[in-house]
Amino acid sequence: MMAYPTQRMQADVIIVGGGFMGAATAFFLRQQGLSVILLERDLVGQAASGVNFGNVRRQSRFLGQLPLSNRSRDIWVRLPELIGEDVEFVMSGHILVTTHEKDGARLEKYAVDCKPYGLDLTIMTGDQARARFPMVGPDIRTVSYSPLDGHANPRLAAPAFGRAARRAGARIIENTTVTAITKSTEDFIVETTTGQSYQAPLLQVSSGAWGRAMAARFGEDIPFSANGPQMGVTEPVPYRIEPVIGSSSSVPEEGVYLRQVKRGNIVFGGGLRSVANLETRRAPIDPLNTMRQMSHLANLVPEMARLRIIRTWSGVEGYVGDNLPIMGPSGKVAGLFYAFGFCGHGFQLGPGVGATMAELIATGKTDIPLEAFDIKRFGS
Amino acid sequence: MVDQPVIVIGAGPAGTRAAQRLVQAGLRPVVIDENDRQGGQIYRRQPENFRRPAEKLYGTEAAKATALHTDFETLRPHIDYRPGTTVWGVSETGLMTVRASTVDVVPFSRVIIAAGATDRIMPVPGWTTPGTYSLGAAQIALKAQACAIGGRPVFMGTGPLLYLVAWQYLRAGATPAAVLDTSSLTTRLRGLRGMASRARVVANGVRYMADLARAGVKLHAGITPLAIESSNSHVSAVTWRDTKGALRQVACDAVGMGYGLRSETQLADLLKCEFMFDPCFQQWRPHVDRNGRTTRPDVYLAGDGALLRGADAAEAAGQLAACAVLHDTGHTIDQHETAGLHETLAVMNRFGRGLAQAFPWPAHLAASLPDDTVVCRCENITAGEIRRAAGELDAPEMNRAKALTRPGMGRCQGRMCGLAAAEILAAAREVPVREVGRLRTAAPIKPLPLNCTVKS
Repeated sequence: MMAYPTQRMQADVIIVGGGFMGAATAFFLRQQGLSVILLERDLVGQAASGVNFGNVRRQSRFLGQLPLSNRSRDIWVRLPELIGEDVEFVMSGHILVTTHEKDGARLEKYAVDCKPYGLDLTIMTGDQARARFPMVGPDIRTVSYSPLDGHANPRLAAPAFGRAARRAGARIIENTTVTAITKSTEDFIVETTTGQSYQAPLLQVSSGAWGRAMAARFGEDIPFSANGPQMGVTEPVPYRIEPVIGSSSSVPEEGVYLRQVKRGNIVFGGGLRSVANLETRRAPIDPLNTMRQMSHLANLVPEMARLRIIRTWSGVEGYVGDNLPIMGPSGKVAGLFYAFGFCGHGFQLGPGVGATMAELIATGKTDIPLEAFDIKRFGS
Repeated sequence: MVDQPVIVIGAGPAGTRAAQRLVQAGLRPVVIDENDRQGGQIYRRQPENFRRPAEKLYGTEAAKATALHTDFETLRPHIDYRPGTTVWGVSETGLMTVRASTVDVVPFSRVIIAAGATDRIMPVPGWTTPGTYSLGAAQIALKAQACAIGGRPVFMGTGPLLYLVAWQYLRAGATPAAVLDTSSLTTRLRGLRGMASRARVVANGVRYMADLARAGVKLHAGITPLAIESSNSHVSAVTWRDTKGALRQVACDAVGMGYGLRSETQLADLLKCEFMFDPCFQQWRPHVDRNGRTTRPDVYLAGDGALLRGADAAEAAGQLAACAVLHDTGHTIDQHETAGLHETLAVMNRFGRGLAQAFPWPAHLAASLPDDTVVCRCENITAGEIRRAAGELDAPEMNRAKALTRPGMGRCQGRMCGLAAAEILAAAREVPVREVGRLRTAAPIKPLPLNCTVKS
């Protein structure tokens, strides 16, 4: 007797990878009226999307990324009406601080350069900053203040978009690993470990640090590495630190950052990233890096030295050779799109990437400039 | 790392006997002890300037306690003993330890973890009220500091420790208001067969119960805990339902609570040992062979941190783990020694299984906990929030539930609430508890001061 293959599930778009980018794209594709199947190997938002610092920061980004970042920021403030919850987003402001003079000059230049992009920063001296933000330390010299930036809870954001997408009619399919993708003349056919296969004329790869391997299936290789951020959190203390505080140092080990959540814990990170393992899907946290973070954190906020760390963690993030993401259409395969490799700065961009990719996939165009992120920049 | 020392973590019965066996073979192990004085929990020593006799502190176990303490003192010149030191993490080159604000990286060739166990807690409405302690804490207060948790305490939960602690309080002059045991007489009879392998231990238990009853302490079996009541923000009574379904209440000024033990497995987790679900104790634990070898060739486990078998078994398991280390590093071990230890432990295994049958973990209580009962006390997360993670937020396992609604996200990383939270999640998802997994460990295992410096 012949065994009949299970019915292939069809949609307008298949998204491979349910991180923040995939979940947000699924949500906005539904808003564009397209049917969506999202395939996630584990659960939505478990890798880089769930373990990152939670920065909703625009300042100090690559200038060409600011239009995308601005779009994202406009969505962050509308999250409750869009997806039904705020994922703990607070527009707390963000300050970049320096202790070295040359770093101060760099901040001042950026504040001028970013103005045409609609990002208004205030440059302060150390004393001005200490008057406004009394928690910062005595060694801080120059401060760049971005009042409309903030932070949110990364453990909640991607899953919330996933649920909102599902409510809007997207088929969010978890615990399903893609084993093969083929393109017939018309459609992509995606085979999975569950035996179920899927078919759609359009396909987005948003599989984070595993995106490179996906792109390679289509003959598009890129310089890429998988690394783990070095995160930690203190015990809760009364809420005093409003802005996100980041060190803008040219010395990598000094580059630590922190934010206090309203519950009171101070989340922090920075220093040297570890090498992630794409097989085990884990990235080590180096306890010696945690030790090095301590004095740098105390330079930013001296009172932190009195607290205790209760947990540290890492996760798998994808980094592209030029430290910019892969975002936009494939250079080789019609109907294929990429949104992965956000190099540790993708969290703020999540909603904007979702909206922009959905627009691009649905209409074939977008006003947001994406040339700098085009995979063809690495083509031969 | 062949030239690096063997490290023993913990200096209770298992750690002490492990170190002793290593010294016997001519090694000089590093012994890392979180306590300021050797002895562990069950044989915890009083501060140096306290002078209570061993009989008073350890009762029927005084001789064993004294032997463990004096043997350790003999060992002292031959080991690198580091008291007051916590292992909080694992780096590529060694174990991360902290003492006060000094962090050290201690390299090792092999490590024997004898980290012991803590009370297993099932929350009940009101359990975070001041005046509520774990049974272990109630015992530490008495043993280490000669303090009672109250003048008229209720001891509630299940397991042999419940009666031992109640009896110790009785002897100390703080007569318990009641002993409330969730296990029924039926389960105790069922467990008796296994427990009969150690008649003397059973006899001790019976004696504790008899002494308590003679002193007029009511011992209730098969109870269902309902609430720890409070007045003026302090414990004032315990409410429960008896076997006939009647509502009962007993006034008290403190509660000691515990439902058996849970192994301290965080270090084995950080060292990436594989875990398995132990159906007898209904909890996840590192996989160990009968000699204490884990799935990682340089990591060994002994004592209650590996298998919940109590102090006597811990002494044998400590020695056995040391023998395994010695064997694996090219020493010759007399087979009679290991065979004898295996024989001893076989009896302990039967006994341990009997205990688990007699005083079962009351998993069923999780399902009926009211939504507003706090489960994770570090983060103030209620049973309802865990159920929201299970339902509306669709978390299939503990780490996802933790990510979404924070049970186990606080200072203790779920060491206190994790097993109960897992039962609530499993009950809400209508799956066996093993399917919701276990919380992953993160460094630091215990809170680490931010003003630490690495010892150079």
